[in-house]
Amino acid sequence: MTERPTEGYYGRPIVKPPVWKNEVAWYLFTGGLAGGSSALGLAARASGNRPLARSTTFTAAAALTASPILLIKDLGRPERFVNMLRVVKPSSPMNVGTWILTVAGTAAGAAAACEATDVLPRVRAVAQGVAGLLGPALATYTAVLVSDTAVPVWHEARAELPLVFASGAAASAGAAAVILTPSDAAGPARRMMLAGAVGELAATTAMERRLGALGEPYHRGKAGAFARAAKAATAAGAALGAVSGRRRVTGRLAAGLVFGGAVAERFAVFRAGFQSAEDPRYVVMSQRGRS
Amino acid sequence: MSAQPNVATEAWPQSYGDEAQPRMGFFTDTSVCIGCKACEVACKEWNQVPEDGLLFTAQSYDNTGGLGADTWRHVAFIEQDRPLRVGDGDGEDGDAFRWLMSSDVCKHCTHSACLDVCPTGAIIRTELGTVVVQEDVCNGCGYCVPACPFGVLDKREIEDDGRVWKCTLCYDRTREGITPACAQACPTESIQYGPLDELRERAGARLDKVVADGFAGARLYGEDPNDGVGGFGAFFLLLDEPEVYGLPPHPVDTTHDLPEMWRSAAVAAGALAVGVAACLLGGRR
Repeated sequence: MTERPTEGYYGRPIVKPPVWKNEVAWYLFTGGLAGGSSALGLAARASGNRPLARSTTFTAAAALTASPILLIKDLGRPERFVNMLRVVKPSSPMNVGTWILTVAGTAAGAAAACEATDVLPRVRAVAQGVAGLLGPALATYTAVLVSDTAVPVWHEARAELPLVFASGAAASAGAAAVILTPSDAAGPARRMMLAGAVGELAATTAMERRLGALGEPYHRGKAGAFARAAKAATAAGAALGAVSGRRRVTGRLAAGLVFGGAVAERFAVFRAGFQSAEDPRYVVMSQRGRS
Repeated sequence: MSAQPNVATEAWPQSYGDEAQPRMGFFTDTSVCIGCKACEVACKEWNQVPEDGLLFTAQSYDNTGGLGADTWRHVAFIEQDRPLRVGDGDGEDGDAFRWLMSSDVCKHCTHSACLDVCPTGAIIRTELGTVVVQEDVCNGCGYCVPACPFGVLDKREIEDDGRVWKCTLCYDRTREGITPACAQACPTESIQYGPLDELRERAGARLDKVVADGFAGARLYGEDPNDGVGGFGAFFLLLDEPEVYGLPPHPVDTTHDLPEMWRSAAVAAGALAVGVAACLLGGRR
């Protein structure tokens, strides 16, 4: 008897779009870069690959210096950043993530300081171990953070988003290490970059397949542009990286493409969330489908 | 026992001990709303909610738009080319028409996603079972904004405030046993305040009456404790589908799926760790 207007109430959003600024999209990237680099750094150290351990330790520290700055800048009340540390709250992925970031950031900073000054090898080893073991958590918790919202394109992709973020972290950390490490020590970084790039393409494809019509934002507007750029750069970088081997210039060009692709993929996910929340059709579609 | 990792939503009323009170809430009966907006005005005045722009939207009589940081009650106006009730004539000229009006508000969910995801603990459940943002703790991270399935919370951008605000169910009044400003001001008792159990009973009887009177599309929205958010503390009698009013048809507390999300992340993190170790195979060159 009554039709169900999918456009809702004058087309106004049902769910509020996020209020996060681009700093948060950059953090989704730097968190992954830091996590991947810390993990690779620990692996490189354990296998006695000093040049690779050195470059990844510095990359992780740089990314973990940028991360809290980006996050604090986005707060409505930056001076209240420490309020996140007044509680331990497992039901809040942002609270859990703040603790991970605080511990991993401190450890990565200490490891980099020891590495740069070549002092306190035991402290460095412990710090590198902590940062390296927390790396995979740092790279993936952000997927839980965005999935744990009412935004359809994020919430309904909750099974695949951690894989997208983990593979993107591997791709970007591998790529950064390929650029910053002498090529005769960068073998593990090259393999990580290639595996990450292929994994990122596979995981985004799986995510879009799962989302079906709800994944429309990945083909439209800004999110669509970022998603296309991400796929093109990642695929081109992976192909070039596979054929260029240890060559210095083309190898680094390939790494640049993969690195840029990983940045674009995070921005695609970020913008898709806004587009998904702004159009009430997606909310209605996801919930009527579920009922 | 549910698998939810809620640290706080299940804490009421146990965590309050002797101070716990019966859960209080709103029943908004839209069938008697006349669209006077007295609730919007009373809310703004009592809670000293700042002016956030005077706009002409050309969306019927609604120039408020929707709930947000500076709008804690919002009256929706819907114009439909349809008779008010089944059996009503199409009017003398054959052009059927009806108004739907509804005063929207924070739902004060049983399972509140905003409260769950708040990283500072700024969002709490009161001794009355209502959900309140503590303005002296909120750091404006904005996580609760897209977490709310109803789009209730928003960040206040005016006056460099930067914090998130929403309906407190007039906590300063209700904790003293006084009716919230909107319900006090409502001239038709479309907004009713009271113990949730009583309101649910009253609403059931009211629905029977409205349906018997020929409002075929009438339904209660949010009164069911078994829905996706465990029932609303502020529920509604609507005359049409929820979407018509800009409300989600089947809202779900997003943290309901949180254990599953952490499992997926753990799998991905494990794959990343194993993958990094595997990259060592093949040597350093």
